[in-house]
Amino acid sequence: MNKQIKSVQIPGLILSISIFSFVLMAVATLLTYSSELSFTAIWSDPYYRHITRFSFYQALLSTLLSVLLAIPVSHALFRCHFFGKTLLLKLFATTLVLPVLVAVFGLLAIYGNSGLLAETFAYFDLPLPFSIFGLNGILLAHVFFNLPFACRLFLQALNSIPEKQHQIAAHLGLKHWNKFRFLEWPHILGQLPHIAGLIFMLCFTSFATVMALGGGPKSTTIELAIYQAIKFNFDLQTGALLALWQIILCALLAVFIQKISSTNLLNTNYKGTENTFAHRSFLSTCWDVSWISLIILFVVPPLLMVVLSGLNAQFFTVLTDIKFWAALKNSLIIGSSAAFIAVSFAFLILLASRQWRLVGLNGRADKIEMLATIILVTPGLVVSTGLFLLLREMGHIQSLALYIVIAVNALMSLPFVLKSLAQPMLHNAQKYELLCASLGISSWNRFYWIEWKALKSPILYSLCLSFVLSIGDLSAIALFGSQSFSTLPLYLFQLLGSYQMQSAAVVALVLLVLSVGTFIVIEKLFQLELKKRVIND
Amino acid sequence: MIKFSDVNYHYKEQSFHFDLTIEAGSVLAILGPSGAGKSTLLNLLAGFIEPSQGDIAINGLSILKQSPAQRPLSILFQDNNLFSHLTAYQNIALGVHPGMKLNEQQKQRLQTVSEQVEVEALLPRLPDKLSGGQQQRVALARCFVQNKPILLLDEPFSALDPVLRVNMLERVKSLAKRENVTVLMVTHDVSDALAVASDFIFIDQGNALTVEPIKHLTREHSNQHLVNFLSAEVGKDES
Repeated sequence: MNKQIKSVQIPGLILSISIFSFVLMAVATLLTYSSELSFTAIWSDPYYRHITRFSFYQALLSTLLSVLLAIPVSHALFRCHFFGKTLLLKLFATTLVLPVLVAVFGLLAIYGNSGLLAETFAYFDLPLPFSIFGLNGILLAHVFFNLPFACRLFLQALNSIPEKQHQIAAHLGLKHWNKFRFLEWPHILGQLPHIAGLIFMLCFTSFATVMALGGGPKSTTIELAIYQAIKFNFDLQTGALLALWQIILCALLAVFIQKISSTNLLNTNYKGTENTFAHRSFLSTCWDVSWISLIILFVVPPLLMVVLSGLNAQFFTVLTDIKFWAALKNSLIIGSSAAFIAVSFAFLILLASRQWRLVGLNGRADKIEMLATIILVTPGLVVSTGLFLLLREMGHIQSLALYIVIAVNALMSLPFVLKSLAQPMLHNAQKYELLCASLGISSWNRFYWIEWKALKSPILYSLCLSFVLSIGDLSAIALFGSQSFSTLPLYLFQLLGSYQMQSAAVVALVLLVLSVGTFIVIEKLFQLELKKRVIND
Repeated sequence: MIKFSDVNYHYKEQSFHFDLTIEAGSVLAILGPSGAGKSTLLNLLAGFIEPSQGDIAINGLSILKQSPAQRPLSILFQDNNLFSHLTAYQNIALGVHPGMKLNEQQKQRLQTVSEQVEVEALLPRLPDKLSGGQQQRVALARCFVQNKPILLLDEPFSALDPVLRVNMLERVKSLAKRENVTVLMVTHDVSDALAVASDFIFIDQGNALTVEPIKHLTREHSNQHLVNFLSAEVGKDES
């Protein structure tokens, strides 16, 4: 009976396979456009060779900078307790889901040619010694997104050190460097390959950052080259070829990352024990304080600038602009539809996979989840391109644009939703599968009383995550957007492109409030729920 | 009457064989060393696993085609008996109706049973606000509102302290008698068996010996494995 497929698994299985075929179909459509699949053509063309090398080069540098800096910062954060630490960590959590253009706007406001730094230099009659456009800007933005992310994951690893081991370390007299070397470093090292791999992948396929800050053909990634080939040159064959090239590289990377890392990052909500045996000395305090100040100085000002410059004279002008409202409406529709689709799909797929995990068929469960996360190695732009070509033949691009963007966004956030729901759902099944079977709780009753009631918070969190990722996304809309159909990020990009900085600032602020606000509202809801429970007891 | 007819089950390298009859109204203790197949016997009866061969019948009717919820039995596990996000009341109510839709009569019944196991004051609480013993009492209340003629206990009280454990066993015994319920109780504790059971069965390396009256559970028994088991267990108690 263990080998049979249960009826509860059928929707998930169908979905996984459909998603996989859907993505394959999009890629296959690309294939039909490239008459001859000569990758030598890419490799013999100096420009494509250059962008391939540049994609790797900038991803490598971004990863190195993010990870290396994250080690001392997370260590300092682990040892120090200070006012506002919780808030800082929450800020860290937002940088990864922050719409790329909002962060770019914040960074421009500090490091840009007319940013705060440039103004300061100008005050002393000095020119700004660097330009934010090109490799500098790309690295800056990538580190801005990924350094806090890496810090949080390392901090989690450090927090998972059991209290007893701190006690033993104290008992053995391990301090500072020795304690780091023998106790803390191994915990960081365990997470290192996975985190570095993940960050590398994110930077390698980075699109919006490079589009906004790349500043020319010298600093272009493959992902961006696909977009340029299709959107501007209408050179479908090159687009297809580059897309396949990107898929192959990503797939190889993904396999490589899978090989070097075995840990999972699922317990993101883990709260560790307090590090009660921090040995303080003047030197170590200075060391910690400087790292923490550094990270605060790096992360907070750009976000602050988004808020400050958003409240400008243009505020009401923008808010009365019909274009803004149209973009906002589209963003909200896309965000909520994509979130709903992604979470429902993830739920059904996990229903299928966890049934197998329960009986020890982990291999099958992994496979079915992998089919659905195929989008990770097939970046959204590639799927959009395929869909674009597929639908172009039918000639319905404009009327279907909204649905395509929703579909692509849902697919792109699916892997993240799967990740955050997998563990809680499996846990729920492990605890209650037999009990539900013996009490005859099934279908709707099972969903409402057992899954929904117990998993409300991870489900809502996943909805939030998917919503925020989708309203901030630029890659799907970039291809389909037009003057008549735009979203907030695209609108922001258009404003930035036409140097309407004040209006851009307002839109950036609205996006920031939308994405951070969503998480704050959800968190407040949970707290209310908790309070209600406490009062009830 | 519960009848296992030549039931075979295989799990990994191990194989189990059960052929036995349990009389209605008895309180049967299922004894045996860890891994011998005590829980396997209960899981087969409850329908969580299916035999590869043979038949299981209750009152002459095969139950193999029935889903776990359709079978005429309620079950109490060692842990995770309660949904931790639902209150004690809701947990019990789920035993009456899987969508928690109760009529007046059922609500009355729930109240009565809760009073019998003395959890009526705990009904609005969430499980993490209850002690281990209280949690198991709530779960026991649910078993009784299910109103099934057979009750399966899979070491449900082994995590409780000795005094509490005896107290719970007494409750089960008297409730079972009042409601005329057949009880199958997995335990590794000989004194528990002696305290409440009317009969016992010893499971040895995947095979069940015949059902015998509890008074035969002595060190003079003819099965050497059972005698060894008893000596070890009693020795443990004395030390």
